[in-house]
Amino acid sequence: MAAERIYIFRRFERFWHWAQAATIIFLLLTGFEVHGAYKLFGFGTAVNLHTIAAWTLITLWVFAVFWHLTTGEWKQYVPTLEKVGAMFNYYLTGIFTRAPHPFRQTTLRKHNPLQRLAYLFFWLVISPVIWFSGWFYLFYGQWAELGVAGYLSLEWVSFFHVLGAYMILIFFIAHVYLATTGHTPTSHIKAMITGWEEVED
Amino acid sequence: MNNRRGCRFGATIIGIWLTVLGLLFSGAALAVSKTTTADHSKFKELQKTFASGPEVTKACLACHTEAAKQVHRTKHWTWEFLNPDSSQRLGKKNVINNFCISVASNYAFCTACHVGYGWKDDNFDFKSEANVDCLVCHDTTGKYRKLPGLAGHPAYKEMELPPGSGKIVKPVDLTQVAQKIGKTSRDTCGGCHFFSGGGDGVKHGDLDSSLTVPDHELDVHMDAAGLDFTCGTCHLTSAHDIPGSRYVPTAKDTEGRHLRGKVSKGNPATCVACHSDRPHSLKEARLNDHARKVACQTCHIPTIARGGVATKMIWDWSTSGKMDEKGKPIVKKDEKGHVIYDSKKGDFVLGENVEPEYQWFNGKVRFTLITDKVDKSAGVTPINRFDGSPDDGKSLIWPVKVFRGKQPFDPVNNTLVKPHTAGQDTTAYWTNFGWDKAITVGMASAKAPYSGKYDFIETEMRWPITHMVAPKDKALACIECHRADGRLKNIAGIYMPGRDSHGWLDLLGGGAAFFALLGVIGHGSLRIFSNRKGGK
Repeated sequence: MAAERIYIFRRFERFWHWAQAATIIFLLLTGFEVHGAYKLFGFGTAVNLHTIAAWTLITLWVFAVFWHLTTGEWKQYVPTLEKVGAMFNYYLTGIFTRAPHPFRQTTLRKHNPLQRLAYLFFWLVISPVIWFSGWFYLFYGQWAELGVAGYLSLEWVSFFHVLGAYMILIFFIAHVYLATTGHTPTSHIKAMITGWEEVED
Repeated sequence: MNNRRGCRFGATIIGIWLTVLGLLFSGAALAVSKTTTADHSKFKELQKTFASGPEVTKACLACHTEAAKQVHRTKHWTWEFLNPDSSQRLGKKNVINNFCISVASNYAFCTACHVGYGWKDDNFDFKSEANVDCLVCHDTTGKYRKLPGLAGHPAYKEMELPPGSGKIVKPVDLTQVAQKIGKTSRDTCGGCHFFSGGGDGVKHGDLDSSLTVPDHELDVHMDAAGLDFTCGTCHLTSAHDIPGSRYVPTAKDTEGRHLRGKVSKGNPATCVACHSDRPHSLKEARLNDHARKVACQTCHIPTIARGGVATKMIWDWSTSGKMDEKGKPIVKKDEKGHVIYDSKKGDFVLGENVEPEYQWFNGKVRFTLITDKVDKSAGVTPINRFDGSPDDGKSLIWPVKVFRGKQPFDPVNNTLVKPHTAGQDTTAYWTNFGWDKAITVGMASAKAPYSGKYDFIETEMRWPITHMVAPKDKALACIECHRADGRLKNIAGIYMPGRDSHGWLDLLGGGAAFFALLGVIGHGSLRIFSNRKGGK
């Protein structure tokens, strides 16, 4: 079985991915400390680091959004239901019987249909939950000036922020695992580092 | 030879020591001459021998013509205060506490801390200008002392006090004290406020003799080697009326910083009066957000009684009156020398470095007065109540010293009682150990009814904490409150990250994450397993 190498992930994309990964892991770590789950940095430090990491991620996203719009890469997230069932079947059975992967990566379609749906869910549901609750959390002291003090309570802002955090944690677990389901267990990860993916011929 | 060298060395040391002392004294003298425009020792009116305090006062009033009239208008003189919010008639004269309980019938003893001379009973003349005590607040010598039992007078001649105690008290040199008169100081204010409740640090917990010469750690503002604030620096006094009363405290100062030229009716003794209500730098903006809900004192006074002087936390009057086998009163001390039992007073619990308790407080205080009903079966009786809530917009979370005790009450009339404690007569509890007589006389003096029956009731008194401000690096760390069992564990009405959570969200979210992990581990294991099988 020969393998073909194709260039999938460009330099900025790779930088963005890993920087974002590090920031999100750090946000989870500090965030759950602020939530009272464990003691690592100390509450006050955790709050400050969490805030700095949040602004870092925001900055990163501004660049990433710009990059996606200017390169047209946003199209990678346009959802499709085509072959979704096949993808499910592959993960449920095919992967154990070495069945061929139902999706063939190309530079133009680098995400499989399940990935597209998952990432779209991330952008459209998880992100708004975490960002909006996060911003309100961050600007808690200015609620009166912003005119939202009457509509918000820290209790519910915190609720949605923690809810978002759990969703990200679950997403993260699944994401890391699915990264091992490529052509070889490490091929996806290598691709995310070098940009080159080995695909089955 | 050796001996001579030793002598010379000794002489040198003594010489240096004397020089240092001399410099210190001349420095002190210079300091006085720099800050005052009047050297009272040069005043002819004061160059005489005074036989009594009122004589000194007359001399003072010859120049300071309005001073006594000003003092007459203050709580320091009347011991009376009408709370404009609750219409409760308060003041030392009227309130009951759970320390020495009440001044009624004990005037001659208690008025050792009155700014006047001669208040021993109801006949005291509140109009008398000569009876205002100028010296007690303006003494700079530290030698002027008013003694319990003398109705606000110092000793004018050598006397045994208390009578029969064998303790001899020397008379005060009134001329010397009068000639060295000056501004109020931590010593003069502290003379009463540090020792209130019957001893050093007893009552407040944040006011004791360690504040006479405090270091930076104990109080950043009063630090004797630093900012060296006196009480008057914050309790900025005008016409002898000293702002900063505990009867109507300013719980949340909305007046902002007091600036020169700005007309303000606010309390100058609040933190905000100098620091504003956004006191932290932009870098610490989050702390400013806290200032909307939390009093400065909550974080900046981590513990009370920090200066090495213990404060009383519990006073149980019900165990008083026990005698030794010879029938004599007992005094028991702990290993640090604190009195923990006294036949006259009962059991005490003292504390140092005490963590305050915390509560919402809007500045409204309501006292349980002699006319108010109490109910023993309803639990602990509040001597005073601090009003406050998270939603009224007027409250902050405040540190308080809660002083707990058991004290006599009338179980028939269901009121607290005012016992007659001090004195040499046959009804004083501290002399005769009979509650019934002591309460009968005390209540008669207070013109309040007494059924003839007494019992003991648990009480609680609250004191807002505001002194002994620690340096900022010693302020409470975030985690002290932002954890489940932190200092604010009992504060309701706010969501605190680190303390609060939605339990079921954590259960669902954490559970889902756990199952996701379990799922991927299972899936991965299956893959490895099937791979091996397939490979063979």
